[in-house]
Amino acid sequence: MKYLGIEPEVLKIAVFDFTGCEGCELQLANKEETVADFLKVLDVVNFREISSVEGDDYDIALIEGAVTRGDEITRLIQIRKQARLLVALGSCACFGGVNRLKNVLDLNKVNREVYGKDPKETLPARAIKEIVPVDLEIPGCPINKDELERIVQHLIWDIPFQFPVYPVCFECKQRYTTCIFELGQLCLGPITRGGCNAPCPAGGLGCYGCRGPAADPNYSEFFTIARERGYKKKELDEHFNFFGGFEGVG
Amino acid sequence: MLFKTLSKPEFRNLVDLLLGSTEVIAPKQIGVNNDGKPLHHYLPVQEFEEIDLEYEITEYSAKSYFLPFRENLSSCRFEDDDWTQEIHYRLQPRVLMGLHSCDINALLKLDKVLAGDRFPSPYFISRRRNTFIIGIDHYPCEGGFCQSVGADVVTHGFDLYLTDLGDRYFVAINSDHGYNVLMQVDAKDTTGQDNKDYLEARQRIASKFEPLNMHNLPNLMDIEFESEVWKRWGKKCLSCGSCTMVCPTCYCYGVDERVSMDGREGAKVKQLYSCNLLDFAAVAGGHNFRADRETRLKYRYYHQHRGFMETYEEPLCVGCNRCGRVCLAGINPPEIIRDLQTEDQV
Repeated sequence: MKYLGIEPEVLKIAVFDFTGCEGCELQLANKEETVADFLKVLDVVNFREISSVEGDDYDIALIEGAVTRGDEITRLIQIRKQARLLVALGSCACFGGVNRLKNVLDLNKVNREVYGKDPKETLPARAIKEIVPVDLEIPGCPINKDELERIVQHLIWDIPFQFPVYPVCFECKQRYTTCIFELGQLCLGPITRGGCNAPCPAGGLGCYGCRGPAADPNYSEFFTIARERGYKKKELDEHFNFFGGFEGVG
Repeated sequence: MLFKTLSKPEFRNLVDLLLGSTEVIAPKQIGVNNDGKPLHHYLPVQEFEEIDLEYEITEYSAKSYFLPFRENLSSCRFEDDDWTQEIHYRLQPRVLMGLHSCDINALLKLDKVLAGDRFPSPYFISRRRNTFIIGIDHYPCEGGFCQSVGADVVTHGFDLYLTDLGDRYFVAINSDHGYNVLMQVDAKDTTGQDNKDYLEARQRIASKFEPLNMHNLPNLMDIEFESEVWKRWGKKCLSCGSCTMVCPTCYCYGVDERVSMDGREGAKVKQLYSCNLLDFAAVAGGHNFRADRETRLKYRYYHQHRGFMETYEEPLCVGCNRCGRVCLAGINPPEIIRDLQTEDQV
């Protein structure tokens, strides 16, 4: 269907999984009420979760997961060469995600803990942008399908997509959630990028910052607030390090 | 004003009558905070027992029943070479009960902006006209300063207004609709004793306020425009917009266009926005007129206590201090106003 009198471009996309749980990929195929229309505007040439086709004639590459093995680096560089637009999909691709938690530990120990006598090759977890240039980052654990749909529409119309600049608190208020601090828990909501519709605080869990920092976050006041309420560095670090979106903060 | 009294059992009959015929929104306890203090919200109720009229303050104001955080302003659908548009105003009647004077005064202020001659909003007006409001008197809430901004009493803006006299309510009637509803239960004519008890009850409430000096605030704010006070408090602002979301009178919003995934439907969606958010004053081309926290915080206070005053001869603020209570950084109007006054004397 024409939009503003122009026949929209069908985006040739491919989805590639690196180190991650594939939950973000699953989001692509989620939301039954619109998934058929969503896939109509896309020409999916490579996406293991929904199709056995394995083409390499794509313009847009969606990368899910972090990089933790040597062969992933080679594969990523190859994809970057082919893709007109390379998108980091989800917190693992954007920041390294929960995989990054192992980086502060002894990798041999970590390997033995998980694989026992059959260790696998492993590198410190890295975000996609640490290996190749990334054109667009879509954070979230998992990504928000509503937001993704709008991003895809903007790609089709060739209009820049504006992520919300406000922190999670704003969306908590818009769904009448009682502040997690008020309930005596730590929450990264005041400094984390909104746009997720704040599902975790609504469920009674403080924000762990899966979408990374909001625009111009007020870290110094946030630390004052946390300190005044008696939170120790260990608890703060636990939150900040969880998804890797706050590297260097703390 | 017409007055009646209603015994407590008759009041219950009145509420049951309303519950049986209309959607009723009332203050309801939703839990307790970490200090064991009860938390209340205005929520739809089905039973009389769910309603807690003894509440001190609700976390959120009643604003969102008139100005929802998100509202679809219009939808359109494209079919072949034609298109149709659909605009929906909320018309279903609703009872909103248990409002304190500050929240009713807040609605009166919103009326001036959104139901006045210049920019009437049919979305707001349809909700306002179809909401039956029962207010209730209460003792001052902690941190509130409604009396200092003249919002501790109401003379209109409601259908019925209750003052608790122990075994009965003293009821002020402000509309035909209010009168007709009240006549369906056994409301009594007021006696000399009722009037005396009511006036005494009002005096007791009035005597409990701790006044906040608001004298000459608009001029003081003009003089203190470059004050360090704004820098000190601005530095603390998280730019999260929580203050404006819980505020009963902040009405700023943005409009976003949404297109369905099949490209056949579009909608204009209004979302309440906040002047404390980073991009509130960002314009095409990339310039941001209020790029720093201090300026954004300051302008919210200027709108509430100076700009609105200039246009409507009253502040926009009703002194509920919900903004102060919700702010994690502890930014609150009484302290900022006191700081500005102290700064002036230096």
